[in-house]
Amino acid sequence: MKDIAQKVLKGDARAVARLITLAENNDPVATEIMKEIYPHTGKAHVIGITGVMGSGKSTLICELTRAYRKQGKKVGIIAIDPTSPFSGGALLGDRIRMNELAMDDGVFIRSMGTRGMLGGLTSAVYDVVEILDASGKDVVLVETVGVGQAEVDVIKIADTTLVIIVPGLGDSIQTLKAGVMEIADIYVVNKADRDGVEQAVAEVESLVDISSANKERKTPVLTAVAKEGKGIKELAVEIGNHFKYLEKTKEFDKQRRLRYEAELVEIIRKELMNFIFDESTFKEKIEDLLDKISKKEIDPHSAAEEILGKILK
Amino acid sequence: MGRKIRVLVAKPGLDGHDRGAKIVARALRDAGMEVIYTGLHQTAEMIVDAAVQEDVDVVGLSLLSGAHMTLFVDVAKLLKKKGMDDVLVVGGGIIPEEDIPKLKKEGIKGVFGPGTPCDEIVDFIKKNVKK
Repeated sequence: MKDIAQKVLKGDARAVARLITLAENNDPVATEIMKEIYPHTGKAHVIGITGVMGSGKSTLICELTRAYRKQGKKVGIIAIDPTSPFSGGALLGDRIRMNELAMDDGVFIRSMGTRGMLGGLTSAVYDVVEILDASGKDVVLVETVGVGQAEVDVIKIADTTLVIIVPGLGDSIQTLKAGVMEIADIYVVNKADRDGVEQAVAEVESLVDISSANKERKTPVLTAVAKEGKGIKELAVEIGNHFKYLEKTKEFDKQRRLRYEAELVEIIRKELMNFIFDESTFKEKIEDLLDKISKKEIDPHSAAEEILGKILK
Repeated sequence: MGRKIRVLVAKPGLDGHDRGAKIVARALRDAGMEVIYTGLHQTAEMIVDAAVQEDVDVVGLSLLSGAHMTLFVDVAKLLKKKGMDDVLVVGGGIIPEEDIPKLKKEGIKGVFGPGTPCDEIVDFIKKNVKK
């Protein structure tokens, strides 16, 4: 197993892929390797990309990656798509838009299902960012599932968060005001060759004017036609500017601390859930309590207290 | 959570018909698998590269152009070369009966022609995937 850690640190694609699978499957082996590689993490610039379904996130990521590759930077991409809550299966199709990146040793793409998480990410994403970081990637791009309004977990993991919008959402941008429209470090109005781009930009800008009123940094609003590679160079510059801004101010440490907090909470949550729902002692107790709840012999709150009492004693 | 079967579904070569591949991809998803679909016009190298990065348990190839003897075999060989011997390779499309034994000999463990019920493919994968 020591072998895997060493290979990951050298950037071996097979070992990186293997370790990601182990982490995703909650394998105890992964935990040990993660401990070993942790000191080698923290160097990569983590960029989160979020936006509604069909806004062009994958295409934008492909073009952005090409821009970074021209600068000689190595890029890791984590593309998340929803896991079906019914079958537990998933169709992960983000690679289709990234075919131009195939066969480039400096790019590593991994598709992941949400596997039950609701915030637009997946539980193992913290580990996967660290694995790609430790393997020598300079930039790690995290693509969330197509979001509605409240899937904002990406800010916890990203140093820089891009929110992608398209023209024609019209007034619905207003409804996005809370949640997704609060998390952007940079807005990108993609598909800017379509009708209504001026209106979309104006609406976002008026939002930015209000929310950035007393802030040192005004959130930029850019336009792009990702499919034609337009606006990508400018976007890469703005992302660079944001990174410099983070470093100059104390924001960088704050941002990273937020990530470590989210990761810590997620690890504990996962372990607790496994403890309660996988340990046979609890399993029986839970079944027993579920029977009683169904028969109205006990209420869910009291049942929860009984289980918590067992853990906390 | 725990382990899930991960499958790469790919269309090698030049034909542009991916309806079959998409239907199979959906069926595998509905059977609880994680399916990575890479789209059309893939070379054997692209497919194997993606299989390595995605660390899949199964590679499913779909081809209707008649080039299966070259392209399916190339993928199976390249996977072995990259040390991915334990990956289950299956294929489907318009494939003449007489080619099926040859393909199996080259490491394409399951070959499914038109009209194969999706359940049959799901069962085959579940039975033959390396645990």
